[in-house]
Order: sequence, then structure tokens, then C-alpha cells
Amino acid sequence: MKAFLMFRDRDFDPRRTIPKHEPALTQDLELTTLFNAMALGDEVLFDVARSAVLPGADNDLSTILYRQDILRDCLKQPTIVRDMYAIAVDAIKGEKKSYRHIFTYPGAVLNESVEVLQLFVILLQRLKNIADKHAGGFESDGFKTFFAMLQRELNDEYFARVEDQLEELTFSAGVLISAELGKGYKGVNYTLRRNADRQRGWVQRIFGSKPDEYTWRVHPRDESGAKALSELKDRGIDPAGNALAQSADHILSFFSMLQTELAFYLGCLNLHEQLTRKGEPTCFPVPAEPGERRLSFSGLYDVCLSLNLKPRVVGNDVNADNKDLVIITGANQGGKSTFLRSIGLSRLMMQAGMFVPAECFCSELCTNIFTHYKREEDLTMQSGKLDEELSRMSTIVDSVTANSMLLLNESFAATNEREGSEIARQIVGSLLEKHVKIIFVTHLYEFAHNLCEKKMQNAIFLRAARRTDGGRTFKLVEGEPLQTSYGEDLYKEIFDGYSRTPNQCAV
Amino acid sequence: MTFQSILFERAEDRGDVDNPPAFFCDLNLDQVVNAITKGREEYDLKPFFYQPLRTVQTVEYRHAIMRDLENSSLYEHVKSFAQKIRAMNQHLSQAQKLYYKYQKQAWFLDAVEIYCDAVNCLKMDISTVDLKSRGLIALRAYLKEYIASRRFQSLYADTKKLKVDLSRVKYCVLIRASSIKVRKYVSEADYGADVVETFTKFKQDAINDYKTKLPSAPDMNHVEAKILEFVVRLYAEIFQNLDDFCGTNRDYPDDTIAAFDRESQFYIAWLEYTARFKNAGLEFCYPQISDTCKEVYDYEGFDLALADKLISENESVVCNDFYLKEPERVIVVSGPNQGGKTTFARMFGQLHYLASLGCPVPGREAQLLFCDKLLTHFEREENSTNLRGKLQDDLIRVHDVLNQATSSSIIIMNEILTSTTLQDAVFLSKNIMEKIVTLDAVCVWVTFIDEMASFNERTVSMVSSVVPGNPALRTYKISRSPADGLAYAMAIAEKYRLTYDCIRERIKA
Repeated sequence: MKAFLMFRDRDFDPRRTIPKHEPALTQDLELTTLFNAMALGDEVLFDVARSAVLPGADNDLSTILYRQDILRDCLKQPTIVRDMYAIAVDAIKGEKKSYRHIFTYPGAVLNESVEVLQLFVILLQRLKNIADKHAGGFESDGFKTFFAMLQRELNDEYFARVEDQLEELTFSAGVLISAELGKGYKGVNYTLRRNADRQRGWVQRIFGSKPDEYTWRVHPRDESGAKALSELKDRGIDPAGNALAQSADHILSFFSMLQTELAFYLGCLNLHEQLTRKGEPTCFPVPAEPGERRLSFSGLYDVCLSLNLKPRVVGNDVNADNKDLVIITGANQGGKSTFLRSIGLSRLMMQAGMFVPAECFCSELCTNIFTHYKREEDLTMQSGKLDEELSRMSTIVDSVTANSMLLLNESFAATNEREGSEIARQIVGSLLEKHVKIIFVTHLYEFAHNLCEKKMQNAIFLRAARRTDGGRTFKLVEGEPLQTSYGEDLYKEIFDGYSRTPNQCAV
Repeated sequence: MTFQSILFERAEDRGDVDNPPAFFCDLNLDQVVNAITKGREEYDLKPFFYQPLRTVQTVEYRHAIMRDLENSSLYEHVKSFAQKIRAMNQHLSQAQKLYYKYQKQAWFLDAVEIYCDAVNCLKMDISTVDLKSRGLIALRAYLKEYIASRRFQSLYADTKKLKVDLSRVKYCVLIRASSIKVRKYVSEADYGADVVETFTKFKQDAINDYKTKLPSAPDMNHVEAKILEFVVRLYAEIFQNLDDFCGTNRDYPDDTIAAFDRESQFYIAWLEYTARFKNAGLEFCYPQISDTCKEVYDYEGFDLALADKLISENESVVCNDFYLKEPERVIVVSGPNQGGKTTFARMFGQLHYLASLGCPVPGREAQLLFCDKLLTHFEREENSTNLRGKLQDDLIRVHDVLNQATSSSIIIMNEILTSTTLQDAVFLSKNIMEKIVTLDAVCVWVTFIDEMASFNERTVSMVSSVVPGNPALRTYKISRSPADGLAYAMAIAEKYRLTYDCIRERIKA
């Protein structure tokens, strides 16, 4: 029995290997803010959100649509989904309370397993009741299959059989064990057997020939004999105890998987509720096959920024379909980084099967997302700054593939503009040839300007808008790079706003 | 010629020695033999290493066998035979230790089964190998004959039949409260499998093992014994046969084969021991042995005990060459301390001793003297109980050595006569040297007295050398060259800036 709520035909692995560049991605896109909003303090939710959203899972188009449908159901029936999640949590907590991992002798393993299984049976029954009552209200393939599976596998007959068997495992009629001669004729291959006496009909019992049989009784005061007898019994029930304990494990992992997979949708519900409360728009994105060059959206905003701010944040509208390269230039503090982040975040969310923070959003799938942001000076003094930047770039190049997306934020600015531009030109040029999609926020005027001069069909240039009075709109518009980034504005803003004490100058 | 022994072609070659020769410690051969025999204590191999062979022919007998065994597949065959016999012996001693009769018999039967398998396999394996040595060819014939014998054939057949019968024994025990009922198994259903089946639909990937590791000693408690007693009654005929079998075959192993098992370990132990040297790139060779020719040589030889230590510390081993041409008899080794002189002397002794055991020796190519006696004189701690002074003690020991020595002996002297003045030492050494030369024995003499190196045409000078630029660095190379301590002393002086010029310069300020 499988939940299959993340993939049509396989389990979701919350412990899958997170890509090497995950720390950079998390830092640059402020993913922790997103995960926290999804988790609301729940560790499981956090971990699942993290491993579902981080790239490398290679979800194909149909998986994304599969999850989108399930998520739509969840948004319609949040209470029922949360109820099912609670059942899974109860099962896991109940199992944790048992002593089955403390006792290791077979009798105890068996008894504890029987108890845990009895608890599981009750919870499975509850899950099945939900299926019986609410299955009709769900439309997605995922949930329909899931409920049908519960109804098929967990019928009344099955519950009766399980209860019967758990009852029988108390061994009121004695333990029957078969064995063969091992080394030194000690018993081996101890196997627990069904006692045939119980199954034989009365005719056989009366007329069937009774097999040769020898009986012996341990003397009541023979303590070592009693101990030996119980050891022998242990050997007999050990495999059954093992089988039972493994069964408990299996059911537990069913519940764990159910919890894990529902946790993703619960995280989505949590995030959705917060955004809706603020009046921020969300939509289900339209994914396109990898390789197609689609990137168009309206009202796209940075979900992390929005989660941290009281007021609604500014959304952007861009049509960069058929473009391989997006160059963003313009005013400092003009919303360039925010914009870059909003693209990265929404791509990740889309590829995980989530809704995105936009009014509408369409993009092709990319095989991987990399970020290369300007970093603080290396404190360990092990390498110069450009050295450090290029070394990070080199690691990215190690793992980048066709149809990856690369977000560059003020890269290669650690040297003078001419050199930086030349480095950027060579790197960007070669990566484009390798079909890497690049979104590049840059102050390297020479670089941006030269590209623009070339009138490339597959490049688009965006600029942070600036009102004539120097104020910012935080909107990006299509436009050629300018030679200034309006740093003067920023300078004025900071310096004129404060009294000029030396300390603050340093800031 | 029928097969006698893998170590001694004729019964009369066998000696009766239990103690190591006197020079064992001087040459560090005790360490070598300990290392060779380590982990093989049960074979009691040391006496074989204490007993040099008496004729060149017996050396060749062993050389041929050793060469055959250098074929890795034959080596593995003999090793696997040994492992089986080892297992067999463990079974027999386990049978001794056990209390219940049928348990003893079980272990005994297994021991016999292992024995039959060991002998059969050895015969089969050995027949696939192209053998050159007289010893192994004779063994092959012996095995063929033994296995065809009625005694072995019936042992083998009875064992097989009993094992098959016993493997079919299957019984059920019903435990209820404090009672047990034992009966034959009649295809009752597997209950554990039923349980698995019920829950199989929940099967996921992860699997924990909850099977308890129940301890399992070879002996039985009385409950198990009781059950076994009932099983014996349920299968009375099979166990009667077992009983008869054990009575009839009490002394089943063949003496010659048992002796082969022990004695073949001499070769196996040697090959296993030398493998680590070969892995480190060192060479062994079969020396030419002569009891008359004194033109001995060895190229790229080394001290086994030291090399063993160096290899385990991952250090490199320095090899040394030597040769004696007519009329040379005495190698005089001099040079700086810690330069490998003693090691060289030990190597010389080890090579000759190992050759006399019929072993290959360290080196690429060697011709060695099959000596009648190997005599050593290494410096000893002062011994307060014999009330002699050190010089006196030294001289008495030298005297003993010279008394025993003949013209076919090898004498190794290491730094003797250190406890007297140089003038005395020179005088005494010259006299002793005179005697050795007259005796015409082969000798290695490690000394600090340079004069000895150019005694006469019978002596050869070899010197331990240093790296010219860095005299503190030893090369451990010993090579033929005139004894001349000067160059070495100057180098040391320069290093510490104590030469004439250096000192003048240093003192100026």
C-alpha cells in the first residue's frame, strides 16, 4: 500500500540527496523564509518543504500537473486533508511511545508488536472511514486513486483476519516448532508451525493414526530447565516476532510516507493562507517542456519579501518568451535583486508543483537552478575576492547542464569594469552556447552595452525604473543599459538623511 | 621409492633437535623464526628450523619442493588442505570437550567428513599441477594408493551415507507450559510465513531486522539433550548406524598424511613469510650450494629481521652485495657507527644458515658455502657471575670459536676487543686474524680497527658509507673500498663547522 500523492507511481524521498549548491541557493533566494512560512514551526513540514522545493528532483511536466490537481483539492478541502495528516501523526507518535525498540528478546518483541499493530488497525480504520465518507468530494487523480486503494485493501474482511491473527499470537495452545539437526545435533532452522491438532477434523482425530510422540515435563523446581525451555520457545517465535515487528514497521512507514507526502500539501496550505490573508495573488503556473524558451508573467512578486513586509509588494510584468538571456541593469535599490529572486523562487515553486506568487506565470522547466551572487569578503583570507568568485563559478560550471537556469547577481564586479566585462562576456557567451538560460543583474556597463549593440534576438534588457525625481518605483521595464546606476541618489539618500558623524559615514 | 616425508627424503636424514643453535640470537634468527612460525604454533615447526641439513642432496630435495610450491595454484591447494585439517582437528577437540554422547558423535562424524574431503581434494588438486620435485611426485603416488585403499573407500562411503540420512531428520517440538512433546515433522504450515502474508500489502522499502541474536554455544542444556534423546528414539536406526561408525573408525587418520600436514607447513610458512618482502620489491633466490667452493657471493641481499621491521614501518630497505674471489676468505667491515655493519654481518650469517635449511635466500643471485659449522662472536653484556673481565671473557669466547672451527666453517665476529686500548686491540686482532687465515675458514669481521682491513691478500675491506654532503644521513650501503675513516670524519666536521677554516672563522669574532 502506497500513498502516491507526490508521484503517480513512486514514493517521495524526503531524504534524497540535496544538490551541492543548495547552501548558495538557500542563501541567495532566502528559501528559509519560504520554508518557515510553509512549516509554521513544524519540523516535518519544514524538512519536506525543503526537500520538495530544492531542485534536482527532475519532476516532469505530468508530475507537476499531478501535484497541482492534488493541491487544488487540498485548497478546497483543507479540513479533511489536515484530519488525515493528524491520523498519520497519531500513528507515528503512538508507535514511538511503545517499548518495541527497548526490549529485544523475542517474547517482548512479539508482544509489543501486537500492541502497536492493534493501534495501527484502529487508525487504519479511521482513515478508511474518511475514504468512505469523503471520497466523492475529491477530483484529482491522486486523491481518487488513494481513496480507492484504501477502500479496496482495507475491507472489513481484512480487518477481521488481522484481528484474528493478533489474537492467535498469544499462543494459548502452546508453541509448535519444527527443527532439524544442526552442528553437534543442536536444533536449527527453528520454524514456528501451525498446530495441526487444531485443524484436524474430528474424524481424523478419532480414526487417524496417532504419530509417535514423546513427552517430558520440566520439574517445577528445575529453574535452569525452565529457562532453557523459554529460550527454546524464543527461538521458535523469533521469526514470527520478527515478521510481526517488520509488519509494524511497514505499516509505520506507510503512515510516515502518508505524513511526508501530506506534509508538502499542508505546507502549501499554510503558505496560501498567509498570502490570501494579505490579499496577495497566487496562481497555478503553466509549465512548458524544458528547452522551450518561455518566461512570461504578470504581477510576479518576491514571496519572501512579501512574507517579511506588512504592505503588499510590487509585482512585475515581463514577457521574455524565446529569450535565452535576460540582462537587468539600472538603479541601485530599484528592485533588481528582488526581481531576480522572485524569478528563482517561482521557478522552484512551480517545479515542486506549487502555486506561484503572481497573477499569471508561464515558464519552461529547467533541469537545475544555480545562483551566483556577490559575496562578502572572504574572512578566512584564503583567496582574493575575484579568486573566490571565479572559484564558485567554476564549481557551478562543474555541474551545470543544458537547460539549467543561472541567476547572476552582480557577478565579476570584484575587479575593474573592463576586466569584469571581459570575464562576463566569455562566461555568458559560452554558457549560452551550451543552452543555459541566464538572468544577469549587472552594473558592468561595458558588458551590457556591448551585448545590447549586438542586437541579439535571444536577449532581453530590463532596467530598474527611476522617476525623474530620483524616487524608485521598484518596477522593471524593458530598456537599454545606462551608464550610471544612480548611485549618487543612494549616496544622497543616505548622507542627507543623517547628521554627518564619522561613525555613520562609515556605514 | 615410497613416500617418506616432505622434509626428509630418507628416514635417516631426520635429526632430533629441540633447541636453537648457539648463534640464533646473535643473527636475529630467533626473530626470523618467530615471525615465520607465528600463528602456526600447533604444528610445532621450530625444531625444523633448528636443524641444518647434513648433505647438499637434502638441500636440493627441499629446493625442488619449494620451487614446485611457488606455483601459486599448488600453494593454494596445500594451504586449503591445511585449513581443512585444521578444521578437522578443531572438530575433534570439540568432540572431546562435549558431554553428551550424540553430540560427541556429531562432531566426530563432521571431522571425518572434513578429513575425507581434504584428502580427496588434495589428490585431485595435486594431479592438475605439473610437478617437478621428487618429494611431491612421491606424495602424489602415495595419495592415489591411499585413496584407492579399501580402508579409505569404506570410511568415505559410510560418512556420506550417514550425513545424508541425518540431514533428513526433521522433528517438531510442542512447548506448552512446562511440558515438551517431540514427534516427527508432518508438513505443518509455516506460521511465521502466514503472518508475513497478512501484512504484506503494507510492505515498504525499509527493513529492520528484529531477529534476536540468540547465543549459540556448541554444547547443549539438558532440555535440548532431552529433545535430542527423543529424536534419537524417533530415528533409532540412523543413530544406531552412527554409533557403529564411531566405534569402528576411532583411529581413522593416516599417519603419513598427518605428518605431511605438519611438515608441509615448513614450506607454506616460509612462502607466506617471504611474500611480504616480495611485495615490497625484494628478491629471493635459490643459492648454489657447495661444500668445497669458497667463492661465495650474494647480490642484493638483506637482513630479514630488519627488513621485516622496516617494511612494517613503511621504510625502504637497503640491499647489499658481497663476493669473495680466490684467495679471499675474510671480509673486514669497518666504517661509521649505525651504518649497517652489524646488519651486514647478520645478513651474511642468515644467508648461510637459511641455505643450510634448504630455503631460498634473500638476494637476486647467490652462491653459498655449505659449511659444517656456523660460529659467531657478538659483543655481550658484561657477565658478573663468571668473575672474568670483559677482555678476558672476549678472548675465552674467541678461543672457543677458533677451537671448534674447521676449514669448512663460517666465522662471524662483531666488534670484539672493544674493552682494551687500541694498541692492545690491534695486537690481539692481528694474532686472531693470523689463526683464521691459517685455518682457511670463511669469515666476516666487523671492526673499528682499520689496520685489519689490509691484513693480507686473504682479507677484503668493505666499508659502510655515508652521503657525502650530509654525513648524518646513512646509506646503509656496505661496499668494497679501502678502510679510510678520514673522509667521513671531515664531512662530519664540516657539518658542525669544525674544520680548520671554520674554526678560524668562528673564533675570529
